[in-house]
Amino acid sequence: MDLSLLKRRGEHEWVIEPRGKMRVPGVLFASEALVRAMDHKVYEQVTNVATLPGIRTASMAMPDAHWGYGFAVGGVAAFDPDEGVVSAGGVGFDISCGVRCLHTGLVRSDILARQKELADALFRAIPAGVGSRGRIRLGGDEMDRMLRGGARWAVEKGYGERGDLERIEERGAIGDARPDCVSDRARARMRDEVGTLGSGNHYLEVQEVEEVLDPRAASAFGLRAGDVVLSIHCGSRGFGHQIGTEALKEMLEAGRRHGIDLPDRELACAPVRSKEGARYLGAMRCAINVALANRQVLTHLAREAFASVLPQSDLALLYDVSHNTCKVETHVVDGRPQPVYVHRKGATRAWGPGHPDLPDALRAVGQPVLIGGTMGTCSYVLAGTESGMARSFGSACHGAGRAMSRHQALKQWNGKRVVEELEERGILVRSPSLRGVAEEAPGAYKDVTEVVDATERAGLARRVARLVPMVTVKG
Amino acid sequence: MKAAAPSFELFAHDADIGVRGRGATLAEAFARAGLALTAVVTEPAAVRERLTVAIECAAAEPEGLLFEWLNALVFEMATRDWLFARFEVAIEGGRLRARAFGEPVDVARHHPAVEVKGATYTGLRVAREPDGTWLAECVVDV
Repeated sequence: MDLSLLKRRGEHEWVIEPRGKMRVPGVLFASEALVRAMDHKVYEQVTNVATLPGIRTASMAMPDAHWGYGFAVGGVAAFDPDEGVVSAGGVGFDISCGVRCLHTGLVRSDILARQKELADALFRAIPAGVGSRGRIRLGGDEMDRMLRGGARWAVEKGYGERGDLERIEERGAIGDARPDCVSDRARARMRDEVGTLGSGNHYLEVQEVEEVLDPRAASAFGLRAGDVVLSIHCGSRGFGHQIGTEALKEMLEAGRRHGIDLPDRELACAPVRSKEGARYLGAMRCAINVALANRQVLTHLAREAFASVLPQSDLALLYDVSHNTCKVETHVVDGRPQPVYVHRKGATRAWGPGHPDLPDALRAVGQPVLIGGTMGTCSYVLAGTESGMARSFGSACHGAGRAMSRHQALKQWNGKRVVEELEERGILVRSPSLRGVAEEAPGAYKDVTEVVDATERAGLARRVARLVPMVTVKG
Repeated sequence: MKAAAPSFELFAHDADIGVRGRGATLAEAFARAGLALTAVVTEPAAVRERLTVAIECAAAEPEGLLFEWLNALVFEMATRDWLFARFEVAIEGGRLRARAFGEPVDVARHHPAVEVKGATYTGLRVAREPDGTWLAECVVDV
């Protein structure tokens, strides 16, 4: 990105001054190096979002921002409940894709003693990759109960423990989900996909806490160096995509009817206070609950696999975050707290200390923010900050982001070789597809550490611990 | 002499992937864009023609029709767990009727890399090239 287009407001804060149809400025949170490396299209997309009706404060980009459909991935925008819009492109297609992290009660040496058996047990237990199916087949009323109940539904069905719920955003289920807004085609895509990992960048990983970076927060989160955790990255599978695709078409027509001028079709949106807006929100909330139910069922399967190999394991939830959502939250806008529709696309909610909706044990230090890296590098646990609440609607980065296309990655890496190289470094990879592994090679991603450092320096969240992989199950 | 352009191919679009089909007719270009969709997941030559499904969709203009066609294929692939090796496509007045030939996913034989989640409006283009060839292309989300 051309730095001359931006005004530098701080070491890690860059402003696009309003011009043309922009209603608010654009703000990029990133280091100079990351901004320079960003595609010019991120500039265009942040600028485009700033033109949408009812946008509040600024159209924002997180340090890992890159080109996306309509909104940049790493885009954050909040809209007024009366004058604002809701946009499927502002949420993204894999609705509520996110990361869940669990303590295991184990340390590195426990895993090393049974690493291969654990990798194989997890690979057997977790349906992963193209064409994999879950144990649960859902129809009619049971599907509706899942769409409304999310992880709470899963716990009631015996997948996990009641105590898990308070460590999940929305305590396991977002309210106002409306199954009546969900099409038959979306239902068909979800019928037997609850409890499946999916493919692409989704994974389940056994990780060691390599380094604690903030002892106080790490203590509150229950993380010590040498501890082993389990992280699960996946979302709402084909269901979310079907909802997003259908909404995109409907919103294009709705936008025209409501006189919304769009610079890009993928920005399609509808007024919050419109029939189409309400229908999307009702369906999108069902997709959030699908993702929460999915990660909850996967947690149960992982617990069973751990217990079969390491009976002394005790998998307790640290936290569960979602990346692609639109949520009604209260934030200070124009000097007073008010409700806004916060779109986070490839961005993580990162509430600061003291937030009333955080569980008691976490309230003093802020929300855990789980940042996934690649299977060959590292992941991070961060904590939300007061400054992030004030500057980015309580939002932070979400991951490394791809540095190249799958197509390029496939030309550059051989899947078998990637698996062998990682094994030499002590990381066991299990995947049904070597081509998938090549497309997901660690080198195809940007440096997550650079992104996380910039997130901390921009004041959006602070680093708590760094995690390194020991076992990776890839879809 | 310039080498003939491939009848179907994948193309890189930032971090995502696009599908492209070329043909003497609009219908042929659409059929080959469908093959490119298979190529996102696996090598199309590895897929056998054991089963068939009828697919219909409609849209007012050709680009909308390509969007609908690719999404219809994604839906059939996702809900049936099939991969497709060949398509017979007929297009008339904004209405597409097709038969898709393929088989269920066999992980050991197909090594499927990734699920396609849907077509997008990005890079969505249906056009006739100067030599008369039809081109149908679209970036898909994986």
